Amino acid sequence: MTDGPRLSPAYLRPGTTSFSDFLSAEAPDLLPSRRAVPQGHAGDLAPHGTTIVAATFAGGVVMAGDRRATMGNIIAQRDIEKVFPADEFSAVGIAGSAGLAVELVRLFQTELEHYEKIEGTTLSMDGKANRLAALIRANLGMAMQGLAVVPLFAGFDLAADQGRIFSYDVTGGRYEETAFHSVGSGSLFARGSLKKLYRDDLTEEECVTATVQALYDAADDDSATGGPDLTRRIFPVVHVITARGGHRLADDEVAAIADRVIAGRMTRPDGPAAALT
Amino acid sequence: MSMPFYVSPEQLMKDRADFARKGIGRGRSVVAVQYADGVLFVSENPSQALHKVSEIYDRIAFAAVGRYNEFENLRIAGVRLADMRGYAYDRRDVTGRGLANAYAQTLGTIFSSGGEKPYEVELFVAEIGDVADDDQVYRLTYDGQVADEHGFAVMGGAADEVATYLRGAFVPGMSLEDALRLAVTALGHTEGSDRVIPAAHLEVAVLDRTRTQPRKFARIVGERLVALLGDRGPEEPAADDSMIADPAGAPDATDALGAPDTPGPDTPGPDDQPPIAPPLA
Repeated sequence: MTDGPRLSPAYLRPGTTSFSDFLSAEAPDLLPSRRAVPQGHAGDLAPHGTTIVAATFAGGVVMAGDRRATMGNIIAQRDIEKVFPADEFSAVGIAGSAGLAVELVRLFQTELEHYEKIEGTTLSMDGKANRLAALIRANLGMAMQGLAVVPLFAGFDLAADQGRIFSYDVTGGRYEETAFHSVGSGSLFARGSLKKLYRDDLTEEECVTATVQALYDAADDDSATGGPDLTRRIFPVVHVITARGGHRLADDEVAAIADRVIAGRMTRPDGPAAALT
Repeated sequence: MSMPFYVSPEQLMKDRADFARKGIGRGRSVVAVQYADGVLFVSENPSQALHKVSEIYDRIAFAAVGRYNEFENLRIAGVRLADMRGYAYDRRDVTGRGLANAYAQTLGTIFSSGGEKPYEVELFVAEIGDVADDDQVYRLTYDGQVADEHGFAVMGGAADEVATYLRGAFVPGMSLEDALRLAVTALGHTEGSDRVIPAAHLEVAVLDRTRTQPRKFARIVGERLVALLGDRGPEEPAADDSMIADPAGAPDATDALGAPDTPGPDTPGPDDQPPIAPPLA
Protein backbone atom coordinates (compact mmCIF):
# COMPACT_ATOMS: atom_id res chain seq x y z
CA MET A 1 0.00 0.00 0.00
CA THR A 2 1.52 3.38 0.84
CA ASP A 3 5.18 2.93 1.61
CA GLY A 4 5.97 5.25 4.46
CA PRO A 5 4.17 8.47 5.10
CA ARG A 6 4.96 10.16 1.80
CA LEU A 7 2.85 9.21 -1.20
CA SER A 8 4.95 6.96 -3.41
CA PRO A 9 5.83 8.42 -6.82
CA ALA A 10 3.42 6.01 -8.52
CA TYR A 11 0.48 7.89 -6.98
CA LEU A 12 1.68 11.18 -8.45
CA ARG A 13 2.50 9.78 -11.86
CA PRO A 14 0.07 10.97 -14.50
CA GLY A 15 -1.41 8.37 -16.79
CA THR A 16 -3.91 5.66 -16.14
CA THR A 17 -7.50 6.38 -15.22
CA SER A 18 -8.15 2.71 -14.56
CA PHE A 19 -8.11 1.53 -10.97
CA SER A 20 -7.36 -2.08 -11.89
CA ASP A 21 -4.39 -1.00 -14.03
CA PHE A 22 -3.12 1.06 -11.12
CA LEU A 23 -3.58 -1.91 -8.78
CA SER A 24 -1.78 -4.28 -11.12
CA ALA A 25 1.23 -1.95 -11.09
CA GLU A 26 1.17 -0.95 -7.43
CA ALA A 27 -0.45 -3.74 -5.43
CA PRO A 28 -0.99 -6.74 -7.70
CA ASP A 29 -1.67 -8.99 -4.72
CA LEU A 30 -4.98 -7.13 -4.25
CA LEU A 31 -6.25 -8.20 -7.67
CA PRO A 32 -8.44 -11.30 -7.49
CA SER A 33 -7.05 -12.59 -10.80
CA ARG A 34 -3.41 -12.43 -9.68
CA ARG A 35 -3.83 -14.91 -6.89
CA ALA A 36 -1.83 -18.10 -7.35
CA VAL A 37 -4.08 -21.12 -7.00
CA PRO A 38 -2.39 -24.53 -6.58
CA GLN A 39 -2.82 -27.00 -9.41
CA GLY A 40 -6.03 -28.96 -9.41
CA HIS A 41 -9.71 -28.28 -9.34
CA ALA A 42 -10.73 -25.74 -6.73
CA GLY A 43 -14.34 -25.37 -7.80
CA ASP A 44 -15.80 -27.53 -5.04
CA LEU A 45 -14.09 -25.63 -2.23
CA ALA A 46 -16.32 -22.59 -2.21
CA PRO A 47 -20.02 -21.77 -2.63
CA HIS A 48 -21.54 -21.11 -6.05
CA GLY A 49 -24.08 -18.50 -6.89
CA THR A 50 -26.72 -19.37 -9.40
CA THR A 51 -29.42 -17.72 -11.46
CA ILE A 52 -29.58 -14.08 -12.60
CA VAL A 53 -32.18 -12.72 -15.02
CA ALA A 54 -32.46 -9.33 -16.71
CA ALA A 55 -35.13 -7.85 -18.96
CA THR A 56 -35.70 -4.47 -20.55
CA PHE A 57 -38.91 -2.48 -20.60
CA ALA A 58 -39.76 0.83 -22.23
CA GLY A 59 -37.73 3.32 -20.20
CA GLY A 60 -35.42 0.99 -18.33
CA VAL A 61 -34.12 -2.40 -17.38
CA VAL A 62 -34.74 -4.87 -14.54
CA MET A 63 -32.22 -7.28 -13.05
CA ALA A 64 -33.16 -9.94 -10.52
CA GLY A 65 -31.31 -12.75 -8.80
CA ASP A 66 -32.33 -15.62 -6.57
CA ARG A 67 -30.89 -15.87 -3.06
CA ARG A 68 -29.26 -19.31 -2.97
CA ALA A 69 -25.58 -20.25 -2.83
CA THR A 70 -24.73 -23.94 -3.04
CA MET A 71 -21.71 -26.10 -2.29
CA GLY A 72 -22.29 -29.46 -3.90
CA ASN A 73 -25.52 -30.77 -2.43
CA ILE A 74 -25.39 -28.31 0.48
CA ILE A 75 -27.19 -24.97 0.54
CA ALA A 76 -24.32 -22.75 1.65
CA GLN A 77 -26.40 -19.61 2.10
CA ARG A 78 -30.10 -18.96 1.63
CA ASP A 79 -30.07 -15.15 1.59
CA ILE A 80 -26.98 -14.30 -0.45
CA GLU A 81 -27.14 -11.17 -2.63
CA LYS A 82 -25.92 -11.60 -6.17
CA VAL A 83 -27.14 -8.44 -7.86
CA PHE A 84 -25.22 -5.25 -7.11
CA PRO A 85 -25.35 -1.68 -8.34
CA ALA A 86 -22.21 -1.07 -10.43
CA ASP A 87 -22.77 2.68 -10.49
CA GLU A 88 -25.72 5.05 -10.63
CA PHE A 89 -27.00 3.75 -13.98
CA SER A 90 -25.97 0.12 -14.09
CA ALA A 91 -26.12 -3.11 -12.15
CA VAL A 92 -24.16 -6.33 -12.29
CA GLY A 93 -25.36 -9.80 -11.34
CA ILE A 94 -23.02 -12.71 -10.86
CA ALA A 95 -23.13 -16.46 -11.28
CA GLY A 96 -20.27 -18.78 -10.46
CA SER A 97 -17.77 -18.91 -7.63
CA ALA A 98 -19.44 -16.65 -5.08
CA GLY A 99 -16.49 -15.27 -3.09
CA LEU A 100 -14.45 -14.45 -6.15
CA ALA A 101 -17.48 -12.96 -7.87
CA VAL A 102 -18.23 -10.60 -4.99
CA GLU A 103 -14.60 -9.47 -5.03
CA LEU A 104 -14.75 -8.88 -8.78
CA VAL A 105 -17.89 -6.83 -8.36
CA ARG A 106 -16.16 -4.67 -5.74
CA LEU A 107 -13.25 -4.16 -8.11
CA PHE A 108 -15.63 -3.26 -10.94
CA GLN A 109 -17.55 -0.79 -8.76
CA THR A 110 -14.29 0.88 -7.70
CA GLU A 111 -13.13 0.90 -11.31
CA LEU A 112 -16.19 2.85 -12.48
CA GLU A 113 -16.14 5.28 -9.55
CA HIS A 114 -12.39 5.83 -9.95
CA TYR A 115 -12.77 6.73 -13.60
CA GLU A 116 -15.66 9.04 -12.80
CA LYS A 117 -13.71 10.93 -10.13
CA ILE A 118 -10.50 11.26 -12.11
CA GLU A 119 -12.05 12.16 -15.46
CA GLY A 120 -14.99 14.12 -14.10
CA THR A 121 -17.38 12.18 -16.33
CA THR A 122 -18.83 8.67 -16.44
CA LEU A 123 -17.81 5.95 -18.88
CA SER A 124 -20.16 5.22 -21.76
CA MET A 125 -22.36 2.13 -21.40
CA ASP A 126 -20.14 0.25 -23.86
CA GLY A 127 -17.05 1.46 -22.03
CA LYS A 128 -18.35 0.01 -18.77
CA ALA A 129 -19.25 -3.27 -20.47
CA ASN A 130 -15.76 -3.49 -21.98
CA ARG A 131 -14.05 -2.82 -18.65
CA LEU A 132 -16.04 -5.66 -17.09
CA ALA A 133 -14.99 -7.90 -19.99
CA ALA A 134 -11.34 -7.07 -19.28
CA LEU A 135 -11.73 -8.00 -15.61
CA ILE A 136 -13.37 -11.32 -16.51
CA ARG A 137 -10.70 -12.05 -19.12
CA ALA A 138 -7.98 -11.59 -16.50
CA ASN A 139 -9.71 -14.27 -14.45
CA LEU A 140 -9.42 -16.99 -17.11
CA GLY A 141 -6.66 -18.87 -15.27
CA MET A 142 -8.84 -19.19 -12.19
CA ALA A 143 -11.84 -20.14 -14.32
CA MET A 144 -9.90 -23.07 -15.76
CA GLN A 145 -9.31 -24.33 -12.24
CA GLY A 146 -12.99 -24.29 -11.50
CA LEU A 147 -13.33 -20.76 -10.11
CA ALA A 148 -15.29 -19.29 -12.96
CA VAL A 149 -17.24 -16.04 -12.64
CA VAL A 150 -19.88 -15.23 -15.24
CA PRO A 151 -21.57 -11.86 -14.81
CA LEU A 152 -24.63 -10.33 -16.38
CA PHE A 153 -24.42 -6.58 -16.84
CA ALA A 154 -27.39 -4.28 -17.39
CA GLY A 155 -27.86 -0.58 -17.30
CA PHE A 156 -29.62 2.43 -18.71
CA ASP A 157 -27.72 4.00 -21.59
CA LEU A 158 -28.36 7.73 -21.32
CA ALA A 159 -26.95 8.34 -24.80
CA ALA A 160 -29.20 5.76 -26.46
CA ASP A 161 -32.08 6.44 -24.03
CA GLN A 162 -32.79 2.76 -23.42
CA GLY A 163 -31.96 -0.14 -21.13
CA ARG A 164 -29.23 -2.47 -22.37
CA ILE A 165 -28.07 -5.95 -21.32
CA PHE A 166 -24.64 -7.56 -21.80
CA SER A 167 -23.70 -11.17 -21.19
CA TYR A 168 -20.18 -12.61 -20.90
CA ASP A 169 -18.34 -15.87 -21.21
CA VAL A 170 -15.39 -16.96 -19.03
CA THR A 171 -12.86 -15.82 -21.63
CA GLY A 172 -14.12 -12.25 -21.41
CA GLY A 173 -16.28 -12.44 -24.51
CA ARG A 174 -18.91 -9.72 -24.38
CA TYR A 175 -22.28 -10.09 -26.07
CA GLU A 176 -25.07 -7.60 -26.18
CA GLU A 177 -28.48 -9.18 -25.63
CA THR A 178 -31.81 -7.89 -26.84
CA ALA A 179 -34.88 -7.78 -24.62
CA PHE A 180 -33.88 -10.30 -21.93
CA HIS A 181 -31.20 -12.72 -20.84
CA SER A 182 -30.24 -15.02 -17.99
CA VAL A 183 -27.04 -16.60 -16.63
CA GLY A 184 -26.27 -19.33 -14.11
CA SER A 185 -27.32 -22.92 -13.52
CA GLY A 186 -31.05 -22.19 -13.76
CA SER A 187 -30.68 -19.88 -16.73
CA LEU A 188 -32.01 -22.38 -19.29
CA PHE A 189 -35.32 -22.60 -17.47
CA ALA A 190 -35.46 -18.90 -16.72
CA ARG A 191 -34.80 -18.01 -20.33
CA GLY A 192 -37.45 -20.44 -21.53
CA SER A 193 -39.89 -18.88 -19.11
CA LEU A 194 -39.07 -15.31 -20.18
CA LYS A 195 -39.42 -16.32 -23.82
CA LYS A 196 -43.08 -17.04 -23.21
CA LEU A 197 -43.77 -14.18 -20.79
CA TYR A 198 -41.80 -11.31 -22.28
CA ARG A 199 -43.45 -8.64 -24.42
CA ASP A 200 -42.05 -5.33 -25.69
CA ASP A 201 -44.78 -3.30 -24.05
CA LEU A 202 -44.34 -4.49 -20.46
CA THR A 203 -44.56 -1.80 -17.81
CA GLU A 204 -41.95 -1.58 -15.07
CA GLU A 205 -44.03 -3.59 -12.63
CA GLU A 206 -45.00 -6.21 -15.23
CA CYS A 207 -41.34 -6.55 -16.17
CA VAL A 208 -40.39 -7.14 -12.51
CA THR A 209 -43.20 -9.73 -12.28
CA ALA A 210 -41.88 -11.47 -15.41
CA THR A 211 -38.39 -11.78 -13.90
CA VAL A 212 -39.80 -13.11 -10.62
CA GLN A 213 -41.85 -15.66 -12.61
CA ALA A 214 -38.70 -16.66 -14.50
CA LEU A 215 -36.77 -17.16 -11.25
CA TYR A 216 -39.67 -19.24 -9.90
CA ASP A 217 -39.50 -21.46 -13.00
CA ALA A 218 -35.71 -21.74 -12.64
CA ALA A 219 -36.07 -22.77 -8.98
CA ASP A 220 -38.79 -25.23 -9.98
CA ASP A 221 -36.44 -27.26 -12.16
CA ASP A 222 -32.92 -26.42 -10.94
CA SER A 223 -31.93 -27.56 -7.45
CA ALA A 224 -29.22 -24.89 -7.16
CA THR A 225 -31.67 -22.00 -7.66
CA GLY A 226 -33.61 -20.87 -4.62
CA GLY A 227 -37.33 -20.30 -4.87
CA PRO A 228 -39.22 -17.80 -2.74
CA ASP A 229 -38.74 -18.71 0.94
CA LEU A 230 -42.22 -18.20 2.39
CA THR A 231 -41.44 -19.07 5.99
CA ARG A 232 -38.44 -16.79 6.24
CA ARG A 233 -39.85 -14.21 3.80
CA ILE A 234 -36.73 -14.25 1.62
CA PHE A 235 -37.45 -13.06 -1.92
CA PRO A 236 -35.28 -12.26 -4.95
CA VAL A 237 -33.09 -9.16 -5.08
CA VAL A 238 -34.48 -6.89 -7.80
CA HIS A 239 -32.78 -3.79 -9.21
CA VAL A 240 -34.63 -1.40 -11.51
CA ILE A 241 -32.65 1.13 -13.57
CA THR A 242 -34.25 3.99 -15.47
CA ALA A 243 -33.15 7.39 -16.75
CA ARG A 244 -33.43 8.68 -13.17
CA GLY A 245 -30.87 6.15 -11.94
CA GLY A 246 -30.99 2.72 -10.42
CA HIS A 247 -32.35 1.44 -7.14
CA ARG A 248 -33.01 -1.83 -5.40
CA LEU A 249 -36.70 -2.55 -4.92
CA ALA A 250 -37.68 -2.57 -1.26
CA ASP A 251 -38.19 -6.02 0.26
CA ASP A 252 -41.92 -5.49 0.79
CA GLU A 253 -42.43 -4.41 -2.83
CA VAL A 254 -40.77 -7.60 -4.08
CA ALA A 255 -42.65 -9.60 -1.44
CA ALA A 256 -45.97 -8.26 -2.72
CA ILE A 257 -45.13 -9.25 -6.31
CA ALA A 258 -43.79 -12.65 -5.21
CA ASP A 259 -46.97 -13.29 -3.18
CA ARG A 260 -49.08 -12.61 -6.28
CA VAL A 261 -46.92 -14.95 -8.34
CA ILE A 262 -47.26 -17.67 -5.70
CA ALA A 263 -51.01 -17.15 -5.42
CA GLY A 264 -51.29 -17.69 -9.18
CA ARG A 265 -49.19 -20.85 -8.95
CA MET A 266 -51.55 -22.26 -6.32
CA THR A 267 -54.15 -22.76 -9.05
CA ARG A 268 -51.72 -23.36 -11.90
CA PRO A 269 -48.33 -24.61 -10.58
CA ASP A 270 -46.62 -24.25 -13.96
CA GLY A 271 -47.33 -20.54 -14.09
CA PRO A 272 -49.25 -18.44 -16.60
CA ALA A 273 -50.10 -20.16 -19.85
CA ALA A 274 -49.09 -18.53 -23.11
CA ALA A 275 -51.41 -18.48 -26.13
CA LEU A 276 -50.76 -21.33 -28.59
CA THR A 277 -50.62 -19.13 -31.64
CA MET B 1 31.07 33.33 -14.27
CA SER B 2 29.51 32.11 -11.11
CA MET B 3 31.09 30.61 -8.05
CA PRO B 4 29.47 28.30 -5.54
CA PHE B 5 28.66 30.28 -2.46
CA TYR B 6 27.23 29.57 0.94
CA VAL B 7 23.48 29.96 1.48
CA SER B 8 22.26 29.62 5.05
CA PRO B 9 19.45 27.09 5.57
CA GLU B 10 17.24 29.89 6.90
CA GLN B 11 17.74 31.90 3.74
CA LEU B 12 17.18 28.89 1.52
CA MET B 13 13.90 27.98 3.21
CA LYS B 14 12.78 31.59 3.15
CA ASP B 15 13.52 31.83 -0.57
CA ARG B 16 11.59 28.66 -1.25
CA ALA B 17 8.66 29.83 0.86
CA ASP B 18 8.61 33.21 -0.89
CA PHE B 19 8.67 31.50 -4.25
CA ALA B 20 5.75 29.23 -3.39
CA ARG B 21 3.74 32.00 -1.74
CA LYS B 22 4.19 34.25 -4.75
CA GLY B 23 2.81 31.57 -7.05
CA ILE B 24 -0.18 30.91 -4.81
CA GLY B 25 -0.88 34.62 -4.29
CA ARG B 26 -1.51 35.12 -8.01
CA GLY B 27 -4.62 32.89 -8.12
CA ARG B 28 -8.14 33.62 -6.98
CA SER B 29 -9.36 32.54 -3.57
CA VAL B 30 -11.28 29.44 -2.54
CA VAL B 31 -13.60 29.58 0.46
CA ALA B 32 -14.74 26.64 2.57
CA VAL B 33 -17.66 27.34 4.91
CA GLN B 34 -19.20 24.91 7.38
CA TYR B 35 -22.99 25.03 7.36
CA ALA B 36 -25.71 23.06 9.09
CA ASP B 37 -25.66 20.06 6.71
CA GLY B 38 -21.98 19.90 5.81
CA VAL B 39 -19.24 21.89 4.16
CA LEU B 40 -19.63 24.34 1.26
CA PHE B 41 -16.86 25.27 -1.18
CA VAL B 42 -17.01 28.36 -3.35
CA SER B 43 -14.49 29.75 -5.78
CA GLU B 44 -14.50 32.23 -8.62
CA ASN B 45 -13.58 30.05 -11.55
CA PRO B 46 -14.80 30.88 -15.06
CA SER B 47 -13.76 27.45 -16.36
CA GLN B 48 -16.48 24.81 -16.33
CA ALA B 49 -14.01 22.01 -17.01
CA LEU B 50 -10.95 22.72 -14.87
CA HIS B 51 -12.15 22.31 -11.34
CA LYS B 52 -10.64 23.68 -8.16
CA VAL B 53 -12.97 21.66 -5.96
CA SER B 54 -13.45 17.92 -6.41
CA GLU B 55 -14.63 14.71 -4.87
CA ILE B 56 -12.11 12.35 -3.30
CA TYR B 57 -14.31 9.79 -1.57
CA ASP B 58 -17.71 9.27 0.04
CA ARG B 59 -17.36 11.99 2.66
CA ILE B 60 -14.14 13.65 1.60
CA ALA B 61 -13.59 16.56 -0.75
CA PHE B 62 -10.56 18.41 -2.00
CA ALA B 63 -10.05 22.05 -2.94
CA ALA B 64 -6.90 23.74 -4.13
CA VAL B 65 -5.35 26.96 -5.37
CA GLY B 66 -2.07 27.52 -7.13
CA ARG B 67 -0.50 25.76 -10.08
CA TYR B 68 -3.11 23.63 -11.83
CA ASN B 69 -0.86 20.78 -12.95
CA GLU B 70 0.55 20.39 -9.46
CA PHE B 71 -2.71 20.31 -7.54
CA GLU B 72 -4.34 18.12 -10.20
CA ASN B 73 -1.50 15.68 -9.61
CA LEU B 74 -2.17 15.73 -5.88
CA ARG B 75 -5.91 15.32 -6.43
CA ILE B 76 -5.42 12.20 -8.56
CA ALA B 77 -2.98 10.82 -5.99
CA GLY B 78 -5.64 11.39 -3.33
CA VAL B 79 -8.32 9.59 -5.35
CA ARG B 80 -5.94 6.68 -5.91
CA LEU B 81 -5.03 6.51 -2.23
CA ALA B 82 -8.65 6.67 -1.10
CA ASP B 83 -9.89 4.09 -3.63
CA MET B 84 -7.00 1.79 -2.77
CA ARG B 85 -7.74 2.00 0.97
CA GLY B 86 -11.46 1.58 0.45
CA TYR B 87 -10.91 -1.45 -1.77
CA ALA B 88 -8.30 -3.11 0.47
CA TYR B 89 -10.18 -2.45 3.73
CA ASP B 90 -13.64 -0.92 3.73
CA ARG B 91 -15.26 2.30 2.61
CA ARG B 92 -15.50 3.49 6.21
CA ASP B 93 -11.75 3.13 6.69
CA VAL B 94 -10.97 5.99 4.33
CA THR B 95 -10.52 9.10 6.46
CA GLY B 96 -9.79 12.73 5.77
CA ARG B 97 -7.12 12.74 8.44
CA GLY B 98 -5.21 9.92 6.74
CA LEU B 99 -5.40 11.75 3.43
CA ALA B 100 -4.33 15.08 4.96
CA ASN B 101 -1.36 13.32 6.55
CA ALA B 102 -0.26 11.78 3.27
CA TYR B 103 -0.49 15.17 1.56
CA ALA B 104 1.36 16.89 4.39
CA GLN B 105 4.21 14.39 4.29
CA THR B 106 4.44 14.65 0.52
CA LEU B 107 4.41 18.44 0.40
CA GLY B 108 6.77 18.70 3.38
CA THR B 109 9.33 16.30 1.93
CA ILE B 110 9.31 18.06 -1.42
CA PHE B 111 9.59 21.49 0.19
CA SER B 112 12.59 20.64 2.31
CA SER B 113 14.32 18.26 -0.07
CA GLY B 114 16.18 21.05 -1.84
CA GLY B 115 16.41 19.11 -5.08
CA GLU B 116 12.81 19.59 -6.22
CA LYS B 117 10.91 22.74 -6.96
CA PRO B 118 8.47 23.33 -4.09
CA TYR B 119 4.81 22.85 -5.01
CA GLU B 120 3.04 26.18 -5.50
CA VAL B 121 -0.23 24.97 -4.05
CA GLU B 122 -2.42 25.24 -1.03
CA LEU B 123 -5.09 22.64 -0.27
CA PHE B 124 -8.23 22.02 1.72
CA VAL B 125 -9.14 18.48 2.67
CA ALA B 126 -12.63 18.38 4.18
CA GLU B 127 -14.51 15.48 5.65
CA ILE B 128 -18.06 15.45 7.00
CA GLY B 129 -19.30 13.34 9.86
CA ASP B 130 -22.81 12.32 10.91
CA VAL B 131 -23.29 15.56 12.84
CA ALA B 132 -21.89 19.05 12.31
CA ASP B 133 -19.50 18.71 15.25
CA ASP B 134 -17.70 15.88 13.48
CA ASP B 135 -17.03 17.90 10.32
CA GLN B 136 -13.41 18.64 9.67
CA VAL B 137 -11.57 21.01 7.37
CA TYR B 138 -7.80 20.67 7.08
CA ARG B 139 -5.78 23.33 5.41
CA LEU B 140 -2.42 22.31 3.97
CA THR B 141 0.24 24.73 2.83
CA TYR B 142 3.06 24.35 0.29
CA ASP B 143 5.56 23.37 3.04
CA GLY B 144 3.43 20.55 4.42
CA GLN B 145 1.97 22.33 7.41
CA VAL B 146 -1.51 21.20 8.44
CA ALA B 147 -4.03 23.36 10.25
CA ASP B 148 -7.40 22.24 11.52
CA GLU B 149 -9.85 24.97 10.53
CA HIS B 150 -13.13 25.72 12.25
CA GLY B 151 -16.15 27.49 10.82
CA PHE B 152 -14.63 28.83 7.63
CA ALA B 153 -11.30 28.86 5.80
CA VAL B 154 -9.89 30.82 2.90
CA MET B 155 -6.84 30.33 0.72
CA GLY B 156 -5.43 31.90 -2.43
CA GLY B 157 -4.79 35.41 -3.67
CA ALA B 158 -6.93 37.75 -1.60
CA ALA B 159 -7.21 35.33 1.32
CA ASP B 160 -6.67 37.94 4.05
CA GLU B 161 -9.34 40.33 2.81
CA VAL B 162 -11.89 37.55 2.31
CA ALA B 163 -11.10 36.03 5.71
CA THR B 164 -11.51 39.37 7.45
CA TYR B 165 -14.94 39.79 5.90
CA LEU B 166 -15.98 36.26 6.87
CA ARG B 167 -14.72 36.68 10.43
CA GLY B 168 -17.17 39.52 10.88
CA ALA B 169 -20.20 37.85 9.31
CA PHE B 170 -19.86 34.11 9.92
CA VAL B 171 -22.28 32.40 12.32
CA PRO B 172 -22.25 28.65 13.01
CA GLY B 173 -25.11 26.46 11.78
CA MET B 174 -26.19 28.53 8.77
CA SER B 175 -28.47 27.15 6.07
CA LEU B 176 -26.93 26.32 2.67
CA GLU B 177 -28.54 29.41 1.18
CA ASP B 178 -27.11 31.77 3.81
CA ALA B 179 -23.68 30.15 3.73
CA LEU B 180 -23.53 30.39 -0.06
CA ARG B 181 -24.58 34.04 -0.13
CA LEU B 182 -22.05 34.87 2.57
CA ALA B 183 -19.22 33.08 0.78
CA VAL B 184 -19.98 34.67 -2.59
CA THR B 185 -20.21 38.15 -1.07
CA ALA B 186 -16.94 37.57 0.75
CA LEU B 187 -15.21 36.52 -2.48
CA GLY B 188 -16.43 39.67 -4.25
CA HIS B 189 -15.41 41.89 -1.35
CA THR B 190 -12.43 44.20 -1.61
CA GLU B 191 -11.47 47.12 0.56
CA GLY B 192 -12.61 49.64 -2.00
CA SER B 193 -15.84 48.19 -3.30
CA ASP B 194 -18.00 45.07 -3.43
CA ARG B 195 -18.53 43.18 -6.67
CA VAL B 196 -21.32 40.78 -7.65
CA ILE B 197 -19.56 37.77 -9.18
CA PRO B 198 -21.55 36.35 -12.14
CA ALA B 199 -23.18 33.01 -11.35
CA ALA B 200 -21.55 31.48 -14.43
CA HIS B 201 -18.11 32.29 -12.98
CA LEU B 202 -18.74 30.52 -9.70
CA GLU B 203 -17.64 27.01 -8.88
CA VAL B 204 -19.79 25.74 -6.03
CA ALA B 205 -19.76 22.30 -4.44
CA VAL B 206 -20.93 20.78 -1.17
CA LEU B 207 -20.35 17.81 1.04
CA ASP B 208 -23.96 17.33 2.07
CA ARG B 209 -24.72 14.78 4.79
CA THR B 210 -28.45 14.83 3.95
CA ARG B 211 -27.81 13.13 0.58
CA THR B 212 -29.15 9.57 0.63
CA GLN B 213 -26.31 8.13 -1.46
CA PRO B 214 -23.07 7.11 0.25
CA ARG B 215 -21.24 9.65 -1.91
CA LYS B 216 -22.00 12.99 -0.30
CA PHE B 217 -20.19 15.27 -2.74
CA ALA B 218 -22.32 17.30 -5.14
CA ARG B 219 -21.73 20.24 -7.44
CA ILE B 220 -24.25 23.04 -7.41
CA VAL B 221 -24.63 24.43 -10.91
CA GLY B 222 -27.09 26.03 -13.29
CA GLU B 223 -30.58 26.90 -12.19
CA ARG B 224 -30.16 25.53 -8.69
CA LEU B 225 -27.18 27.83 -8.12
CA VAL B 226 -29.01 30.88 -9.44
CA ALA B 227 -32.03 30.04 -7.28
CA LEU B 228 -29.91 29.68 -4.16
CA LEU B 229 -28.07 32.92 -4.82
CA GLY B 230 -31.33 34.87 -5.11
CA ASP B 231 -31.53 38.43 -6.37
CA ARG B 232 -28.13 40.07 -6.12
CA GLY B 233 -28.23 43.08 -8.45
CA PRO B 234 -26.20 43.50 -11.65
CA GLU B 235 -23.38 41.02 -12.14
CA GLU B 236 -19.86 42.26 -12.62
CA PRO B 237 -17.15 40.00 -14.00
CA ALA B 238 -13.61 40.42 -12.72
CA ALA B 239 -11.90 43.46 -14.22
CA ASP B 240 -9.01 41.44 -15.63
CA ASP B 241 -11.18 38.82 -17.30
CA SER B 242 -9.24 38.99 -20.54
CA MET B 243 -6.38 37.21 -18.85
CA ILE B 244 -8.57 34.20 -18.10
CA ALA B 245 -8.31 33.05 -21.68
CA ASP B 246 -4.76 31.90 -20.97
CA PRO B 247 -4.55 28.26 -21.97
CA ALA B 248 -4.08 25.89 -19.09
CA GLY B 249 -0.85 24.64 -20.51
CA ALA B 250 0.76 28.06 -20.94
CA PRO B 251 4.26 27.71 -19.55
CA ASP B 252 4.05 30.67 -17.23
CA ALA B 253 0.40 30.52 -16.23
CA THR B 254 0.82 29.87 -12.56
CA ASP B 255 -2.90 29.64 -12.19
CA ALA B 256 -4.58 29.25 -15.52
CA LEU B 257 -7.96 29.16 -13.79
CA GLY B 258 -7.86 32.63 -12.38
CA ALA B 259 -6.34 35.78 -13.69
CA PRO B 260 -3.26 37.12 -11.96
CA ASP B 261 -4.19 39.54 -9.24
CA THR B 262 -1.14 41.66 -9.85
CA PRO B 263 -1.66 44.15 -12.67
CA GLY B 264 0.68 44.39 -15.61
CA PRO B 265 2.55 41.69 -17.46
CA ASP B 266 4.36 39.33 -15.22
CA THR B 267 7.90 39.29 -16.52
CA PRO B 268 9.83 36.33 -15.26
CA GLY B 269 12.74 37.74 -13.34
CA PRO B 270 15.52 36.03 -11.48
CA ASP B 271 13.17 35.80 -8.49
CA ASP B 272 10.99 33.39 -10.40
CA GLN B 273 13.65 30.74 -10.65
CA PRO B 274 12.80 27.91 -8.29
CA PRO B 275 15.23 28.15 -5.41
CA ILE B 276 17.08 24.89 -5.44
CA ALA B 277 19.94 24.13 -3.11
CA PRO B 278 23.40 24.70 -4.58
CA PRO B 279 25.20 21.47 -5.25
CA LEU B 280 27.28 20.17 -2.42
CA ALA B 281 30.96 20.82 -2.90
